[in-house]
Parts: sequence; structure tokens; C-alpha cells
Amino acid sequence: MAYDKFTILKSSAVPLPIENVDTDQIIPARFLKATERKGFGDNLFRDWRYNSDDTPKKDFVLNNPIYSGKILVAGKNFGSGSSREHAAWAIYDYGFRCVVSSFFADIFKNNSLNIGILPVTVSPEFLDKIYKAIEADPKAELEVNLPEQTITILATGEKESFDINGYKKHNLMNGFDDIDYLQAMKAEIAAFAEKSLY
Amino acid sequence: MSTTPSTLFDKVWDSHVVRKIADGPDVFFIDRHFIHEVTSPVAFLGLEQRGLKVMFPEKTFATADHNTPTINQHLPVQDPLSANQLKALEQNSAKYGISHWGLGNPKNGIVHVVGPENGITLPGMTIVCGDSHTSTHGAFGAIAFGIGTSEVEMVLSSQCIMQPKPKKMRIVVNGQLNKGVLPKDVILYIIAKLTAAGATGYFVEYAGEVFEQMSMEGRMTVCNMSIEMGARGGMIAPDETTYAYIKGREKAPKGEAWDKALAYWKTLKTDEGATFDKEYHFDAADIEPMITFGTNPGMGIGITQHIPVSQEEGKGKASYEKSLTYMGFAENEPMLGKKVDYVFIGSCTNGRIEDFRAFASIVKGRKKADHVTAWIVPGSHIVESQIREEGILDILTEAGFQLRQPGCSACLAMNDDKIPAGKYAVSTSNRNFEGRQGPGARTLLASPLVAAAAAVTGVVTDPRELL
Repeated sequence: MAYDKFTILKSSAVPLPIENVDTDQIIPARFLKATERKGFGDNLFRDWRYNSDDTPKKDFVLNNPIYSGKILVAGKNFGSGSSREHAAWAIYDYGFRCVVSSFFADIFKNNSLNIGILPVTVSPEFLDKIYKAIEADPKAELEVNLPEQTITILATGEKESFDINGYKKHNLMNGFDDIDYLQAMKAEIAAFAEKSLY
Repeated sequence: MSTTPSTLFDKVWDSHVVRKIADGPDVFFIDRHFIHEVTSPVAFLGLEQRGLKVMFPEKTFATADHNTPTINQHLPVQDPLSANQLKALEQNSAKYGISHWGLGNPKNGIVHVVGPENGITLPGMTIVCGDSHTSTHGAFGAIAFGIGTSEVEMVLSSQCIMQPKPKKMRIVVNGQLNKGVLPKDVILYIIAKLTAAGATGYFVEYAGEVFEQMSMEGRMTVCNMSIEMGARGGMIAPDETTYAYIKGREKAPKGEAWDKALAYWKTLKTDEGATFDKEYHFDAADIEPMITFGTNPGMGIGITQHIPVSQEEGKGKASYEKSLTYMGFAENEPMLGKKVDYVFIGSCTNGRIEDFRAFASIVKGRKKADHVTAWIVPGSHIVESQIREEGILDILTEAGFQLRQPGCSACLAMNDDKIPAGKYAVSTSNRNFEGRQGPGARTLLASPLVAAAAAVTGVVTDPRELL
């Protein structure tokens, strides 16, 4: 699935300062029954976002009109649990292009990169600075600069660098995906398979 | 020896790297690919859109499990969305020449139960599936882990994924397990010690006397839950127990192929002097039957202990309090004696024959508590047959329990088996996340013995008192 190129993203952010947000919260299992990749954004954080009668829960951040933007700022160990890529699809479909946290679960991080969401890991201290900036001004903007691998709180100029694997960075910046790469090396794979015990 | 000592994980990983990319992931070859109805349809759609074929259909196995009902499986599936996914799996399998064990097939069952029991899972393999509990297959000395749907598409189209090599962790548990302590308690104990994120970025090897003496079913339970501490997967070196389990299974190697495979399997162990990025040691004697009280699998305690008081501050404490509020519990409360509404035995964690034997050992001669609803769900039709043949069904029936048909069931509640909001379930499955077993459901993870004790007493009970 090709996705949009990612270079520099300047946007306000939505704060979700909860730890260990698992994929069952991001998209509950009962919404995994589709056979196509669409419409998952409507059910992003479904049970935190809506009451059982489908009315919005007033105190949940996605229902608070003062917060908006393409960046989700979450507590540590974000995306733990299931390998369901539907969680990343729901985040993308809702309109987020970047998730910032001090710690991501492995499979979630991979899934995000594979569909064009940039997971940015910052220090716990910088995460706190971001929360404070949003607290001071809900419209406070962040700049995520992938070529330079930095994230900046524009109101204060506070900046931190983040790590990303060079191959993944190249893919994100160009909108390439792994399947293109693997298709180009099919002969090498076939030769490898010949020697395989199984 | 002149060669550098290496770990079991290194041996299997390095032998499957097709190409190393500088400052990038490894192109990693996959020996076995399991697919099910939930995470595969979009991958097949992707193949179609790109005009790609399945490169090695004989290396992929399909089974229906996440959505399937656990009663009346001979009737059409009622939920139209579930029926649609099941049909998509069947049609895609047929179209691309993939072996498919759908509903009604005598081999059908949970993907992580049917793989091993049919001899598809073997030592030294690399195994992936669009399901995080693929780590189960590490019990055989395989590198097995869960992947996302984009990666399912990669494996279908090229038999490879692009993976950075994880760091290595070894968890050693020596000594003898106490009476009433099962493999499930061992892994819940380890996760409680390391936390739900404690092994993120690592691949775990379990070593020591406890795992050496454990059955294959027990090893699968342990490896299954590696993901619950964030690990990509867990593995245990193959040994005589492993070979004995595999020998004679339908798809296991036979004759000369067996000898050749066995010679290779015997090389699959961590060499003396090999190093890990992180290592933990635990004493088996410290482990008692476990139970969780919170909303992630790391929030577990010994069954006789009290719910701990949070040691964290700020956002960590707020998250802890949110969790206890959801569960309707408070710090310092005991878990023993808490009322239980539902009991679930099954799932890829504890849906194997040994789990039902353990459950029956406590149920035998007792009656189900009146107010408890119990869902007893074998992991596969083969397990279901064993339950009947071994007389376990008679014990369950006499105690007032009913046996259901195989599937993932109330582990993730994608079918009709949902715990109602606010109700308490002692569950042998793997996750106690908010809403995991149904919106508002409250899950206490535990072993089959703890589940059985709750089922007959109606409250959280120390199973050692009933053994």
C-alpha cells in the first residue's frame, strides 16, 4: 500500500498522557471484521471515545474541540498488545501522521512505519515539555523534521533529535514500501529458498 | 572450538538472512506462514491490486479461528461480517493454492494450537503470522513472532519480511516448582517482575531446570505470553521432550528426512560462553499461583497477596489508578474471596489437553458454582477429541459444565462469547486489557487450576486448598 511522502510536518497536537495504551484500546477487536482497509478512523479509541449508546464521552480528548492536529502525543509503552495493523490504520485514517511517545511497543512501531505513520521516540523529559506546551496553549505547534530527525516545540524553540533507521527514513521520505524492495530481489530469494531445509 | 560461541537465537536468525541492508533491516526468510481470517483479507487485496502472486503457497497454512462461533458450528455463521471474513479466507486460499482448515474441517482450531499438533511447527524454523501470539511456536526452538498485515502481504508475495534483528535476553528459572504452580504462573510471575514493557526490543530465550522439565504444552504457554512483556518472541532450545512430541505427527519429517532434521535440531542450543544483552535469574521456589488485578498482564500478584500500593508518581500513578478504577478494585485489597461471574478456559495460551487435565483435576467430584457461567473451549478439534477420549468430558458434565467447540472465543471476544460489562472473569487467556473480553469486561488472568477453583467456589480461591 503506497502512502504519502513524509518530510516536514508542522502541526498542533492532541495529548493522550496515558501509559500502556494497548492496541485493543486503539481499535477494539469487534471492529476488525472488515475485509477492506477503510473506515477505521471512526472507531479509533472507540470505548474511550463513546458511551455504550454511541454518544461521545465529553472528557475524552478526541471529543474536546480545543485539541486538533496531525500529531498524537501519548504516554510510554504506546501500542502494546496485539499485532493488528488495524490500530495503525485507525490512527492514520483519523488523520494523524505522527505519534510521539517516550516508548513504543515493537510491532506497533513497525506497522506504523509500514503504512506511513512516523513514530517519534523522545525522552520522558521532552515528552513532559510537550505536554506543558500544549497545556499552556492547546494550539501550540510542533515541527517534526524527518530529514533532520528533529522535533521542535515552536513556541519555545525547545528541540530534540530522534532516531530512525536509515532505510525506513528513505522509504518514508519517498513514499516507497518494502514490497517494492522485495519484489526487486525475487531471484535472490528464490535461490535462497532452494537451500532451505524446510 | 575456534568459532565464536553463539546463542540459539543467533543460529536460527543468521541462517535466515537473505540480505543485510546497511543502516536498515535484514531481509529475513520465512519457513512457515500461518494466516487466519482477520489479518489476511487486506493483504490478499493488496496482492490483487499490485497484480502479485503467492511465491510459495506450500509454506503458508490457513485456519479459521478468531471469529468462529463455539456452538452450532455446523450451521451458517450468523454474524454477516464474520461470515464474510471466513468466506474471504476460504476463497483466497483456494485461489492461491494455500492449504485451508476452515470451520467443520477436523483439523480446524486455533492457529497456534493446530500448527504444533499437526507437526507443521518444527525446531529451527522461522514462523510468522498476523497475530502477536505467534511467539507460541518458540517452544520448539523456532523464531516465531507476530506481524502486521503489510508484512503478511510481504510474506505472501516474497516469503520474506524486512526486520531489524532484536536484542537478546535470557531468562533463567532454576529449582523446582511448588505444588499447584503451572507454566502459566511461571510466565505471569516473570511478566509481573519485568513489567508489560520490560522486554520490548528483545527476543527472549528461556533456560534453566524449570523449562527443561516442562512439557511442550507448558513451554508453549510460556512462549505464548512473551509478547505480554513486550518481547518480540520467546524460545526454548529443543531437546528430547521436543523430539518426542513431534515424532509421528502428520506433517513431521519421516524416515531419512527425520534423521536429517534431527541432526540439525541437535545443533540448536546456546553455546557455552555465548552472551546476551540482558539476563534475569529467578528461583522456582518463589513462584506461587498467580492472578492479575489490573488491565495489563504485568499487573499480577501471587494469589495470596494484596493489590500493591502504587510506587509511581504523576502520569504513572494516574494510569495505575485508572486501571484499578476500571477493575473496581482498590490498593491493598486481597484478591482471595473476590466474587467471580465468568470462567473461561481456552485460547492459544491454555487451550491444550494438559490445561483441561489440570482443570478437571480440581473439578472432579465437585459442582460448578451456581452463579458462575463457565466457557470451556478446546483449542482444536484434536484437543476436543482428547477431552472426550480421556474421560475429562464426563468429569466436566457431572460437575455441571458444558464443552463448547474450538476457537479463540472469549480471549478477544470477536464472536458471541463476550463477558458483559462490569462482570468479573477468571480467564486462562493472555490479555486483561480494558474491554478485551467484551466492552466493560473485567478480566483476571490465571492458570487452569485457579480457573477451576474459581469455577467450583464462585470466588477467587487458592487452588492448593482444593488439590
